[in-house]
Amino acid sequence: MLYLRVFDERALIYHRHGRIGTWAISWGHEAIQVGAMFALRDHDWAFPSYRENKVGLVRGMSPTDVLAGCRGHPQGWWNPNIWRLGSISIPVASQVPHAVGFAWGERLQGRDTVALAFFGDGATSEGEFHEGTNLAGVLGAPAILLCTNNQWAISTPIHQQTRAASLVDKAVGYGIPGVRVDGDDVIAVYLAVSEAVERARSGGGPTFIECVTYRMQAHAFPDDPSVYRDDAAAEAARRNECLVRYERYLQRLDLLTPEVAARFREEWLAQMATAITEAEALPAPDPSLVFDHTYERKTPAMERDLAQLKASLAQGAAGKTSGRAP
Amino acid sequence: MSELLFVEALTRALGEEMERNPQVVLLGEDIGRNGGVFRVTQGLQARFGTERVVDTPVSEAGIVGAAVGLCLARMRPVCELQFDGFSYPALNQIITHVGRYRWRTRGTAPMPMVIRMPSGGGVRAPELHSDSPETYFCHTPGLVVVTPSTPADAKGLLTAAMRSPDPVIFLEPKKLYRHLRGEVPDGEHVTPLGVVRTVREGEDVTLFAWGAMVEVATATADALAQKGVSAHVCDVRTLSPLDEEGLLAAARATGRVVIIQEAPRTCGVASEIAAILAERAMYDLKAPIQRVTGFDVPHPYFSIEHHHRPDSARVLAAVHGTLEA
Ligand SMILES: Cc1ncc(C[n+]2csc(CCOP(=O)(O)OP(=O)(O)O)c2C)c(N)n1
Repeated sequence: MLYLRVFDERALIYHRHGRIGTWAISWGHEAIQVGAMFALRDHDWAFPSYRENKVGLVRGMSPTDVLAGCRGHPQGWWNPNIWRLGSISIPVASQVPHAVGFAWGERLQGRDTVALAFFGDGATSEGEFHEGTNLAGVLGAPAILLCTNNQWAISTPIHQQTRAASLVDKAVGYGIPGVRVDGDDVIAVYLAVSEAVERARSGGGPTFIECVTYRMQAHAFPDDPSVYRDDAAAEAARRNECLVRYERYLQRLDLLTPEVAARFREEWLAQMATAITEAEALPAPDPSLVFDHTYERKTPAMERDLAQLKASLAQGAAGKTSGRAP
Repeated sequence: MSELLFVEALTRALGEEMERNPQVVLLGEDIGRNGGVFRVTQGLQARFGTERVVDTPVSEAGIVGAAVGLCLARMRPVCELQFDGFSYPALNQIITHVGRYRWRTRGTAPMPMVIRMPSGGGVRAPELHSDSPETYFCHTPGLVVVTPSTPADAKGLLTAAMRSPDPVIFLEPKKLYRHLRGEVPDGEHVTPLGVVRTVREGEDVTLFAWGAMVEVATATADALAQKGVSAHVCDVRTLSPLDEEGLLAAARATGRVVIIQEAPRTCGVASEIAAILAERAMYDLKAPIQRVTGFDVPHPYFSIEHHHRPDSARVLAAVHGTLEA
């Protein structure tokens, strides 16, 4: 959790320096992301949204690669099979049916894999959430539909997102179990997801889990929350957020001292400094990457376009205006 | 006249038309208190209230589908979709209903709505925030597809869109929002839909462009002028239905044609323009028509998007090709 937090802190600074692009921060969501990922087995899959842009770190992805992705560099675009992570879904809710289909496909092939989809409260208003959740119920897919209810979808508060008293009520409509947990409590999240994983693995079908937290930060950078909300609730949330709570808990059990926590932080900070240096030192991607992987093989038109692009870049490098002056 | 940013011209168009026509309502994600992610609707909720500037849930199919209902109830909805790539969840509504309701009801139930969205790349955005989805809409009968390239046109064309009897897909080149400033007429300013704009007249070669590519065309024309080549620049403005006569006249002005399009090449608007010119102006052309377009790939991650978007160097190469031919 601390690792993810430090990553966010540094990423925010790098964004302000202009060293990485748009950054969707998840400060305060660590208990949900880490608690859920730890409840999965290594061969289980997760399907992240833009807000879970760094859950790969939990699976062992290098911070350099994650930062490369933030720099719009192809090195950051991962192979799902290696990390057992679907690619990040930018369109809200579109990953929900993916998790359901994946879980179903694994079951059909006799494997006991479970799939978990991460999504936000706003996502529950999209058609794809409803279609995916309904399908999961009908198919009995071993899927976990994990909603991070941080109370905000950009500027839209939850009471303008839904008339439902709580999001977990939605599970009833699909005939699947629904669980509501305190998303600032990593142990509660871990237990709820573990139970759902157990049910899914043993043939009990999908579970909808609502993790309740509060988005302390901006939606993403850039975004200015002062335009649409007053910061008092965010301040209150900061006082009780997951990291503070878990550190206090561990200290009470004598499992952690402030000194050890500080040392961990220093270590992660040093790793991040190395990672950004490495990410910035990556060579500029070859222009042929524009054309690679759209199809298994480049089309003849792409080969032609690439040859032209290379010729014009070479001319540019030689200081000539491309296309010779007529 | 006022000197306005592109985005400010849009805000003015919306506000002034809302003053004039109580039937106009705006709906979209974060358009109220937040003023929209690009602040196009900034201040409008404070001015017109939450009933006319509606913050919706995250629900594109819901927004556009509700606009169909609003049209049946004789309102004039103006929908904002947050980004080009997020129009895709709404495509079902746009294609199956918005484009066909008039036809299906033998003209008795028109769909006078505007669906606005930022479009195109060049702003270092994440995936699906830089798409140029124009062709999906142009390929759907019943829709009018418009994209302005100057602040004056942003105001004039958006006002016309809000008065159009047919549904208008209004593509706002996001690169221009805060980058382009220009003179905009004060008060009522309507620019008719379906008419090309002559950006400048020339004799040697005609450059066709629209949206953010008009700047590229103009910059190329400047570079050509330095070398004694006179380029005629035509802003297509309405991508569907096309102003065929306007296109033909612009092509005939020089007999040599280069079409510049940010969207991927295959089946794009550039292809359609080239086909029209080939069908109707073949014998007035002195050289094969050239297209300079985005490639047939997803809009690349931003570390390499500059290779994808047509720039002056690529346009110059194409111009050179037509002049040599
Ligand atoms: C289909 C789609 N529409 C709109 C957007 C723009 N958008 C990005 S994040 C967001 C809010 C989503 O809120 P929520 O689901 O609560 O997740 P959170 O951002 O709070 O994690 C919106 C509307 C998008 N990414 N995808």
